[in-house]
Amino acid sequence: MRNPIALMGAALLGSFRHVSGVLALLRSAVTLSIVGIVKKTPSSRHSISQQLVFAGVQSVVIVCFLAFFTGIVIAMQSARQLQQMGTVIYVAAMVSISMARELGPVFTAIVVAGRVGSAIAAELGTMKVSEQIEALETLAIDPVKFLVVPRFLALLIMLPCLTIFADAMGIVGGFIVGVFNLGLDPYRYIRVSFEFLVWKDVWTGIVKSLCFAAAIGMISCYVGLNTRGGAEGVGKSTTLSVVASFIAIIIIDCILTGIFFFSQM
Amino acid sequence: MAGADIEDRKVVAEVKGLVKDFGGRTVLSGIDLKVREGETFVIMGGSGCGKSTLLRHMIGNLKPSSGRVYLLGTDITDFEGAELDDVRKKIGMSFQSSALFDSMTVGENVSLPLREHTKLEKSVINIMVTMKLELVGLRGFEDLMPSEISGGMKKRVGIARAIAMDPKIVFYDEPTAGLDPIMAAVIDKLILDLSRKLSITSIVVTHDMKSVLGIGDRIAMLYEGSVLEVGTAEEIKNSQNATVQQFINGSFDGPISFFQSKADYLEQLTK
Repeated sequence: MRNPIALMGAALLGSFRHVSGVLALLRSAVTLSIVGIVKKTPSSRHSISQQLVFAGVQSVVIVCFLAFFTGIVIAMQSARQLQQMGTVIYVAAMVSISMARELGPVFTAIVVAGRVGSAIAAELGTMKVSEQIEALETLAIDPVKFLVVPRFLALLIMLPCLTIFADAMGIVGGFIVGVFNLGLDPYRYIRVSFEFLVWKDVWTGIVKSLCFAAAIGMISCYVGLNTRGGAEGVGKSTTLSVVASFIAIIIIDCILTGIFFFSQM
Repeated sequence: MAGADIEDRKVVAEVKGLVKDFGGRTVLSGIDLKVREGETFVIMGGSGCGKSTLLRHMIGNLKPSSGRVYLLGTDITDFEGAELDDVRKKIGMSFQSSALFDSMTVGENVSLPLREHTKLEKSVINIMVTMKLELVGLRGFEDLMPSEISGGMKKRVGIARAIAMDPKIVFYDEPTAGLDPIMAAVIDKLILDLSRKLSITSIVVTHDMKSVLGIGDRIAMLYEGSVLEVGTAEEIKNSQNATVQQFINGSFDGPISFFQSKADYLEQLTK
């Protein structure tokens, strides 16, 4: 048994190495994306559209479902408190602001990390262990350009879109509770929803979702491309990609909330 | 092909004093090889002797701890990125596991390098894919997925993909491993046919003695990370080296011991 402090140190150094690996991958993905957009490389267009459908279109239903019920839950949770103060109409503002600022971006990112990030890690991991990545390299095709960039761009485009869907569906969920359960006037509910929702709430949510998209894409690609050891390795990579993405999402969320809403106070 | 004739030809692939250490364990210890234009060069050896590792050094996928690797007259040892890719476009590689992209059809697998590296019209690419598949006897299989074809067919699609860019050299990693004897013979014949029809230099890594003696113009025997002997099939067959003889005949008794205690094995791994 080795010295526990040495083990912890080794683990810490290992995770630093992985973080710098993810950042290096991000740098080359961004560079190649810009080069690809400028040069209009034809081959990646097809795979980007495939990834857009997989990451975006096919996630719409689950994201909307989750956001709709989240909206209902926030409305129900806050209604009782606000009722005591006789300001139950502010349920509308509560739902719209919390969806746009926080819950829309974060929940969407978590769904996408679980649904798309894990699939990316499993697919690239399987390609790695079955020599397909090496085959690409031998064919003089850069795996980052060919596999990572389309997935990165698809997530970058689709996660903000999904977030806007989620924001809207959350407001719809809150509206249903407000109107049908709390007996609020529908026109007034909608007016209050948007009266308190300022432009900053929405754009900071979108910026968050862009950062989450980059984190999910890079972590799952990095983990996938560094898979070792057959089927077991692919399983481990899939789990790791989801866990690491969740951690990254929460850390990024914390940092960005601090920058956007806390630093001016 | 006579050995003397080969000696006059241009060297297209060369390894000089190649040493590879993996975490303190020496896998390849000072390999020197020269492969000449148009020949079929076979690297044979037992499992774990480092022959696949040697192949990966020759195509630039692994970097040696010391020594140089030359392909088509250029020193590729320190090549990275675009420089290495330029060399890789002139070579082909057939993988042990075929390594077909399983999200693409057979046709897309073969056409991928053409789509990525050339500006040819789609119709031209389609004709080229048909030609390459015809060469490996799989014309008409363009629309099938890799999961829908047999292991031998996958190997052949892998070879068709390797020759898609009309390479000068094709590397084969265990081309007949895991195939039935008839399919193995088909692949052997295919390798020979391609060398002759397209005047490709073939470098084959294998432990299948039948294909070693059947297709090798020259043969190198690799054992415990070094080259024991290089020669024509005749020379190898008549070798005085006991290890080479044991390997050719597949005999149980000889210098290569198959029974190893776990402690010896672990010590060998970590030495």
